[in-house]
Amino acid sequence: MTTLSDPPKGGFRLSMLINDTRYRSYTFQFIALIALIAAFGYLGSNLVANLKAAGLNISYRFLGEPAGYDINQRLIEYTSQSTHLRAAMVGALNTLLVAVVACFFATIIGVIVGVLRLSKNWLVNKLMGVYVEIFRNVPVLIWILIIMAVFVAVLPQPREFRGDDATASMVLGSFAFTGRGFYFPKPVFGPGSMIVVLTFIASLVGIWGYRRYAKQQLFDHGRMVSTLWPSIGLFFVPTILMFFIMGQPITLDYPALKGFNFQGGIYARNSFIALTFALSIYTAAFIAENVRAGILAISTGQTEAAASLGLRPGRIMNLVILPQALRVIIPPLISQYLNITKNSSLAIAVGYMDITGTLGGITLNQTGRAIETVLLLMAFYLIISLSISAVMNVYNNSVKLKER
Amino acid sequence: MSDTNTTPVAFVRDAMLPEQAAPITAAGPLAWIKKNLFDGWFNSILTIVAIYFIYLIVSGAFPWFYNGVWTTDSLAECREILQGKTGGCFSVLTERWPQLLFGFKYPSEEYWRPTIAFFALFVAVAPVLFNKLPRKLLIVTAIFPFAAFWLIWGGSILVPIMVAVGLIVGYVVFTRLVYQSSAMGMIGGLVATVAVWMLSGYITDPLSGFLALEPVPSRDMGGFMLNFILGVTCVSLSLPLGILLALGRQSDMLIIKWICVVFIEFIRGVPLITLLFVANVVLGYFLPPGTNFDLILRVIIMITMFSAAYIAEVVRGGLAALPKGQAEAAGSLGLDYAQSMRLIILPQALKISIPGIVNVAVGLFKDTVLVSVISMFDLVGMIRGPILASTEWNGVYWELWLAAVLFFFPICYGISQYSQWLERQLATGHR
Repeated sequence: MTTLSDPPKGGFRLSMLINDTRYRSYTFQFIALIALIAAFGYLGSNLVANLKAAGLNISYRFLGEPAGYDINQRLIEYTSQSTHLRAAMVGALNTLLVAVVACFFATIIGVIVGVLRLSKNWLVNKLMGVYVEIFRNVPVLIWILIIMAVFVAVLPQPREFRGDDATASMVLGSFAFTGRGFYFPKPVFGPGSMIVVLTFIASLVGIWGYRRYAKQQLFDHGRMVSTLWPSIGLFFVPTILMFFIMGQPITLDYPALKGFNFQGGIYARNSFIALTFALSIYTAAFIAENVRAGILAISTGQTEAAASLGLRPGRIMNLVILPQALRVIIPPLISQYLNITKNSSLAIAVGYMDITGTLGGITLNQTGRAIETVLLLMAFYLIISLSISAVMNVYNNSVKLKER
Repeated sequence: MSDTNTTPVAFVRDAMLPEQAAPITAAGPLAWIKKNLFDGWFNSILTIVAIYFIYLIVSGAFPWFYNGVWTTDSLAECREILQGKTGGCFSVLTERWPQLLFGFKYPSEEYWRPTIAFFALFVAVAPVLFNKLPRKLLIVTAIFPFAAFWLIWGGSILVPIMVAVGLIVGYVVFTRLVYQSSAMGMIGGLVATVAVWMLSGYITDPLSGFLALEPVPSRDMGGFMLNFILGVTCVSLSLPLGILLALGRQSDMLIIKWICVVFIEFIRGVPLITLLFVANVVLGYFLPPGTNFDLILRVIIMITMFSAAYIAEVVRGGLAALPKGQAEAAGSLGLDYAQSMRLIILPQALKISIPGIVNVAVGLFKDTVLVSVISMFDLVGMIRGPILASTEWNGVYWELWLAAVLFFFPICYGISQYSQWLERQLATGHR
């Protein structure tokens, strides 16, 4: 028995490729595929012709050749005799360093500002609104350049620290904020410091275990075990004890003015500071909006219900509001982290040697291998972005509302 | 009845007392201050810190503005006039104003052309932004791209006119054929447009002096004008491309879907600056040998692709937010895919995605300053390059950067306020 909706019987006709919805999609896909191949073929043939005309080829051999330029900030060993690959790695680490530090500070500033924007204090509320709007609506490149100019112009130069009538002085005798960069004390790990560090790690594990235990006690037996003070105690006491038992193996190397500049300690270059600072406060403005939106997304009924159950305000925040708000806040927060990582490529504007500055800047100019370097550069950022989005997807799935 | 009633009452009020003003602590400015600024010790500390902060800024900025110098020719003269007082040297802005706006190569006797285009832009955009304006203004919108091109780049007026004629012919062919089949309409329209463009070469070449303005090559564009050109062009070009990408990503056709997915994820995964590197040094290798594309055109291509990927994701969000029933209802009415998209799905989906699209547009406009990194002289490029490097103005940071902030802030803030306003206007209460 056939009904009207049955497809018409009969052989395959060529016109069905266009008119029959069952086959039409194949036609379109086939055309798209052909067009794609044709486009790539066209671009490829252009590429081959252009490379031939310029006497070039595609080769990654330059990565193994000595770079021949210096990088002023490096986390791993590098000299001008190292290879281009090594230079790219130094740049990549510098990118990651800026990104991680900026993410950290952006989160802190953003959360504080976001909470303050919801404050009942009219003045603070408006002030934070002004901050957010001003920073969100001006390009980050302009902020980076402004902050770099401010650092160089406003902070004292190292020579102003010198002499008896020095116009500038170090903060607490150990931090120097100069126009060239910041100098911090650097921890020096002497013999035996390994044990102190291990003790510290062990105490962190201990805190985690203890909190687990406390939670289990609460769930299984309904006993409230205090966690705050034992955690603080575990955090400090064993490490400090071990520090003195081992005879204070970790010391601090203070920066000191020698000649025209500071020596010793950790030196954070002004380009690094300016870039990190600018990225942090720029992105913090966006994060503040996300945080505000997240908290506002939780209906007041939740707060009231929690209060009617007899929870204290602090616990309402911790147990009811935050877990729900975080679900709203975290996905945009992570995409802001992604933005920081991508925006850190603007380092090239202040001369900070990140991967765009080394691989996409000097290496490209020196070797003239534009296609290879730009491809590598893109691959680097792509890998970072894709891995961050993968993490985000895992998180999103884990906090997704369990609908029943 | 008790006997209390029988005793005479000493006093009974028989008239209302006049209303008294609320106590000063419960209403009026003092109460407002107490409630909003000094409600508890923590709030008070916050208020005091905030007031101190505002004081710091005002006390620093006020003399700087008040003593500002507006009429000198170099920083040294500024310093002479100020004689050690705090004061801004705003004369850099007055002296270099045309450079900040138009770059340092645009012929100064032609400044009126981009200025007219700039103001015409507002007339052209107004009917798109505000529904209440007369619909006839849309004609200006349609003419604007061609007129603006003619004004800014110069050359014969025939070139933009022929481009417009090609598009009109294509549209007419499309409307004729679309009743037979949507695919036929599109292909026919495309072919007609390209044919007219190819034929028009025979008209424009011999008549290149017809109603011609002094031609200005692209590399002479600069200053804030360049940011504006890039921003407006790329946003308007990327909108249709972004919608197509979003539809492609939603499609059931695997190959098309994956082309779109790979394109979108790739573009969104890399920073714009690497795409600008591509425009600057790589794209030339992929173009036919011997052709020499303008840098500005290559940059427009890359930025358009960049923002199209972001707009595609926003539109995809809008498409996903629509109930599936809409598409099914359209199908059951007998509409084909193109019709149901054009008439049913996209109008609703775009409405939902307007705030996101506007956000992308603002972000894109801000990102146009990145072209200064590949040594194009947009606003930031002008400030960092020719102005700060000149002997007269070497060292004038604050005034210039403040100007840059003031160039961008009102526009971006205005657009984002507009999008919030529009969101409220479009909220129909049901989605």
